[in-house]
Amino acid sequence: MSKYYLNYLDELESEAIFILREVWAQFQNPVILFSGGKDSIVITHLAKKAFYPARIPFALMHVDTGHNFPETIKFRDDLIKDLGVNLIVGSVQESIDDGRVAEEKGKNATRNALQITTLLDAIESNNVDCAIGGGRRDEEKARAKERFFSHRDDFGQWDPKNQRPELWNLFNGNHFEGEHFRAFPISNWTEMDVWNYIKREKIEIPSLYYAHERKVVWRSNSWIPYSEFLVLEDNEEIVTKKIRFRTLGDITITGGIESNADTLEKITQEVSAMRQTERGNRSDDKRSETAMEDRKRQGYF
Amino acid sequence: MLDNNQLLRFTTAGSVDDGKSTLIGRLLYDSKSIFEDQLEAIENTSRKKGHDGVDLALFTDGLRAEREQGITIDVAYRYFTTPKRKFIIADTPGHIQYTRNMVTGASTANAAIILVDARHGVIEQTRRHAFIASLLQIPHIIVCINKMDLVDYQEKAYNVVIDQFEEFSSKLLVKDIRFIPISALEGDNVVNRSSKMNWYQGAPLLHTLETMHISSDINKIDGRFPVQTVLRPQNESHRDYRGYAGRVSSGIFRVGDEVTVLPSGFTSKIKSIDTFDEELDVAYAPMSISMTLEDDIDISRGDMIVRSNNKPEATQDIEMMLCWLHDNPARPRAKYSIQHTSNTQKAMIKEIVYKFDINTFKRNTEDKELNMNDISKVKIRTTKPLMIDSYRENRTTGSIILIDDTTNETVAAGMIV
Repeated sequence: MSKYYLNYLDELESEAIFILREVWAQFQNPVILFSGGKDSIVITHLAKKAFYPARIPFALMHVDTGHNFPETIKFRDDLIKDLGVNLIVGSVQESIDDGRVAEEKGKNATRNALQITTLLDAIESNNVDCAIGGGRRDEEKARAKERFFSHRDDFGQWDPKNQRPELWNLFNGNHFEGEHFRAFPISNWTEMDVWNYIKREKIEIPSLYYAHERKVVWRSNSWIPYSEFLVLEDNEEIVTKKIRFRTLGDITITGGIESNADTLEKITQEVSAMRQTERGNRSDDKRSETAMEDRKRQGYF
Repeated sequence: MLDNNQLLRFTTAGSVDDGKSTLIGRLLYDSKSIFEDQLEAIENTSRKKGHDGVDLALFTDGLRAEREQGITIDVAYRYFTTPKRKFIIADTPGHIQYTRNMVTGASTANAAIILVDARHGVIEQTRRHAFIASLLQIPHIIVCINKMDLVDYQEKAYNVVIDQFEEFSSKLLVKDIRFIPISALEGDNVVNRSSKMNWYQGAPLLHTLETMHISSDINKIDGRFPVQTVLRPQNESHRDYRGYAGRVSSGIFRVGDEVTVLPSGFTSKIKSIDTFDEELDVAYAPMSISMTLEDDIDISRGDMIVRSNNKPEATQDIEMMLCWLHDNPARPRAKYSIQHTSNTQKAMIKEIVYKFDINTFKRNTEDKELNMNDISKVKIRTTKPLMIDSYRENRTTGSIILIDDTTNETVAAGMIV
């Protein structure tokens, strides 16, 4: 070793580890928001590295919509066991049963927006003062304005026009009782960086990311997986395709793409040639031009 | 992607009119970093607004208010990658009321792109941007003389700007400055070399960004390791492990090096440099590592491990250039929290030496109020010593922020003189 500079992936990793350690040092009770998606898996992997040889000092928090891919839940449970960390589950079904939120109606009904209430309830009831997320600035235009340390008021709301300036490596996590922070260690990573990192580190990810045969329905320009939660339109038919997912959300809203990429090597090749953003297949972002900003203001991930 | 590809962060400052958003749109578009669905969304909006063709500038709008008003309010970060480097753009607004956002974007940048309209030459805003780049010690400045298509690609317009720029830039502390004639709208000298300006012998903008030497942008001389947290696993395999976790701010540390722990002053030797993947012989900025020492010393967050033959200054009285970032003006003799590396103490602004007018470059010793966007030289007194270097030598150990304890807001950013 004689060059004394880091390559871009090492620098991104070092930055993320710095942020994770800073969260641990500045907050009393941080958690990792774990969705089972690749970004939160990468965050968990980075946390393992940041605190080695100690164990990850955070619990993982999963907001369970009840509309999961079964593969995601199994992956989550295996990982928890392997790492020896606690799991906190916030259940959207319970929020519905308690009358905290009402289920959306109609063909495009999802539980996506309902998660906000469940997430904020789980944060409050567990006294969480910092929730670490896998959000990236390249994902979406409202997320491009997000800070590493992002303040939420005592209603859990984000005020994008009134954010604390972040300079150098100085992060201000000071807050009052009842407020909390969201921290985004991989803010500066792109989708390609995440895949290159997963490949380099040989990080295990759910099988859904690899090309596989699945029963699907063509809707809103992508292949929506068939599940018991899906209400079929008259003109829609269930077909079997070889697909994979670029992002993982609820089974009801996550569209797959046709693909033969069944290894990490093939996936990174495919992603680098991709001409659509990964959230292009997420119907939750398509509801309006500022759909993400509107949800984030209310407390979304 | 090659394994040794580096990351380059640059900032762009400019207003609505000088083509900043178009330039960023052009860089992303020509380097094939804009996706089809993003392009479609921009095409739709362009049509709704009645623009001809695709307005590349729309790509950089983010928040609802920005789209409505057609301006950049906050720092927006953009990403693109070429086969040579990964780039992070901090896109900041250029208007004086957003000085604080320019300062924010500049704080981590390797390079600053300053846009000048070829028709108008250097204006007040250009000088302001250059001053901020110099104040924040951005190592490389690239002046892009834009809209060359509107002056018939004449060399004269380019030379005028260089003359105007050098007239005032000699007063600035800038190490590396370059001038490139471009047309962001037409794509001349942005990604591809222009065929209309054969008089220009230099490289286009992207090639310049891809090849400029940035390994020396971080100080590799002064070994500084602020301790973020202490790792004590207490598990079977690491029963007595006590690792000091942090990110190397500057310099190079090797196993066996004599180190001093500040502020206590105890000395020891580096026993090991650990990461999850392997034990290292050497660690350098900006690596995140965990360090163990030969001797059992009481060390906690806020302490700094330094090489014994090269120490920072430990002092409670600090002179700095301070940029005020908040709506509420500074309260005279009020106490603030001061954050310096991983160390937080209380501090008081003892004296405002002068206020600096970033448009006229004049010092004002009469006006003693610190309002949002003001840049001043101040003297600060802290309750306990901070281990400091001058900002010019070290951007990490030479910088601080002030936090107002009554609101928890970050109210000021300081660069130690």
